[in-house]
Amino acid sequence: MRYFRDVGALARKDLLLELRARDTLPAMVLFVAAVFVVFHFALPESPSRLETVGLLWVAILFTALLGLGRAFVPEREQRTLDGLVLAPCDRSAIWLAKSLATLAFLAAAEVVALPLYAIFFHRVGGATIAAVVLADIGICAVGTFLGAMAVATRARDLLLPLLFLPLAIPIVVGAVGASVVDSPGRYLGFLALYDALFAVVCWASFEYVVAE
Amino acid sequence: MLVARRLGKRFGEKRVLRGIDLDLATGGFLVVTGPNGSGKTTLLRICAGLAQPTEGTIERAVSRGAIGYLGHEPLVYRELTALENLELYGRLYRIAERRERIGMLLERFGLWEVRHERVASYSRGMTQRLALCRVLLHDPELLVLDEPYNALDEAGAELLDAQLAELRGERTFLLATHEPARLAPFASGRLALAA
Amino acid sequence: MSAPAATIGAVGRTSRITLPALAATSLVLVTTAIVFVFFVAPTDANQGFSQRIFYFHVSIAITAYACFAGAAWQAFRLLWKRDPLADLKSYVCVHQGVIFGTLVLITGSIWAKISWGRWWLWSSDQLVLFLVLFLFYCAYFMLRFSLDPGPQRANLSAVYALFGVVLIPVSFAAIRLAKDIIHPVVFTLHGPNFGGWILVTYCISQVALLVLAYTLYRVELAGKQLDGRIRELREVLA
Repeated sequence: MRYFRDVGALARKDLLLELRARDTLPAMVLFVAAVFVVFHFALPESPSRLETVGLLWVAILFTALLGLGRAFVPEREQRTLDGLVLAPCDRSAIWLAKSLATLAFLAAAEVVALPLYAIFFHRVGGATIAAVVLADIGICAVGTFLGAMAVATRARDLLLPLLFLPLAIPIVVGAVGASVVDSPGRYLGFLALYDALFAVVCWASFEYVVAE
Repeated sequence: MLVARRLGKRFGEKRVLRGIDLDLATGGFLVVTGPNGSGKTTLLRICAGLAQPTEGTIERAVSRGAIGYLGHEPLVYRELTALENLELYGRLYRIAERRERIGMLLERFGLWEVRHERVASYSRGMTQRLALCRVLLHDPELLVLDEPYNALDEAGAELLDAQLAELRGERTFLLATHEPARLAPFASGRLALAA
Repeated sequence: MSAPAATIGAVGRTSRITLPALAATSLVLVTTAIVFVFFVAPTDANQGFSQRIFYFHVSIAITAYACFAGAAWQAFRLLWKRDPLADLKSYVCVHQGVIFGTLVLITGSIWAKISWGRWWLWSSDQLVLFLVLFLFYCAYFMLRFSLDPGPQRANLSAVYALFGVVLIPVSFAAIRLAKDIIHPVVFTLHGPNFGGWILVTYCISQVALLVLAYTLYRVELAGKQLDGRIRELREVLA
């Protein structure tokens, strides 16, 4: 139980920081809207459902990357990660709290993005919403983890997309599949499996990412 | 409490520490001196558990939660208030009677009036005083302080002197400093690092 | 402390099998494999002589998987047992894996061009999987090169290598699932039906490539250890 209290305290801190700074979330929302407009000009006239669903997921992925790149910025710029690592709490709590906070931001951005997509392109079905939920979990779990790795390097912002995109390919497959096919159960199940598998790997190995 | 043998640390090609032996008994007060670049910060980070040595061994008789570390960075979030920062650390260190202890420390270091203001608005001396609050918050058994007087103003320095005097003998100290004379009354041992 | 010998022979002696013996074995095996592939194995009825590339393509692919698995194993040993040499071993395994992975992409591409007249087939699961893995492990090098040598670089590399080995089956499943979203295309790369000389030829080429990979791994490992020894000696003398 103390673990979850630690996670709560850390997540609270992340949400507070974003509330004060107010830069990441507005940027994500604006970005996703701009990307949709770009899509309109990049796509042929009246694109098929499959084409636009694919682009929806590209938009979500890159919007998420935008937010993930910012996730560990306070810890990096002010070296506060040292302070968190020194604390007696389990190091994986840092990852879990940061993932949950990023998940909240991504969900908030999608609350705007999905209706916008429905207005611009095609309506969004229940399976797509379920896919969004499951995919978000995977994106935030893995993305936050890789964000912590990227922040420790010299390349930082350059590295996160390179590390993240290959791992995000299965998420895209599951999400697009669930949004498009008639029986999305298999794809949603695959997304859930991905989430479970990588969440466990991230949780077990975060210790080695932040502590020497 | 702290025993290090033949400690060495290198960053890539650069060798920062070599063959350091260290013995710090419980209740001791060890002062580490040396010119810039002699590895004081690296040594303290290793002792606090933030870094691993590349050679040698180090043994600590205290758990992670009983160590207090003050580095060159204050390790507080600039966008949060003093109170929020200490609340966070208070929860992470599972301090009993958190509110009272935070209030007591803020008052002692003269930050009670500004506790609801963001750290970004503090002066350097005030931020360092908050960092000291953070270090003392969980009443650690081992205090590792890296040049604590650096960023402090005169009032803050006097507060720190008083704090050291109060805890000397009851807690174990490992301090790096440029002014060994100031700590002479407290020191039980000295370690000089060469460049 | 007596200075350790700084020769490739001294450094390369990490196991009972010496490097020269290993190199000779690889040479023999690879030559045998080439002979079998081009002269012994029967010609395929549909694809003709060009289909022989299949033997190398699949063997190289399995060898690459073995390298990545080896990298993950060494990574696990680094994190669990704190074996300092494991970081170097893991890195060399990934390096070999990427080299063989590149060869998979090249041989697969050549085979696709010969069979279907196109340089790339999205419908070939193996090729697409290797493309994803290629991207993933190239990022491994970017990660490694943007960190200073030390325990942190070793830790992060090890964690990433472990992610890789989890990604392999997950990606494979994803690629299979992806086929049902888009209507499956007819083009695929088919191996022959296994039997008789075909099986023998395949086994020989597989073993040959595994031994070759191991030889290259040992050579590179010895070379890197030699670098390390020289650096140590330079320090002692300085």
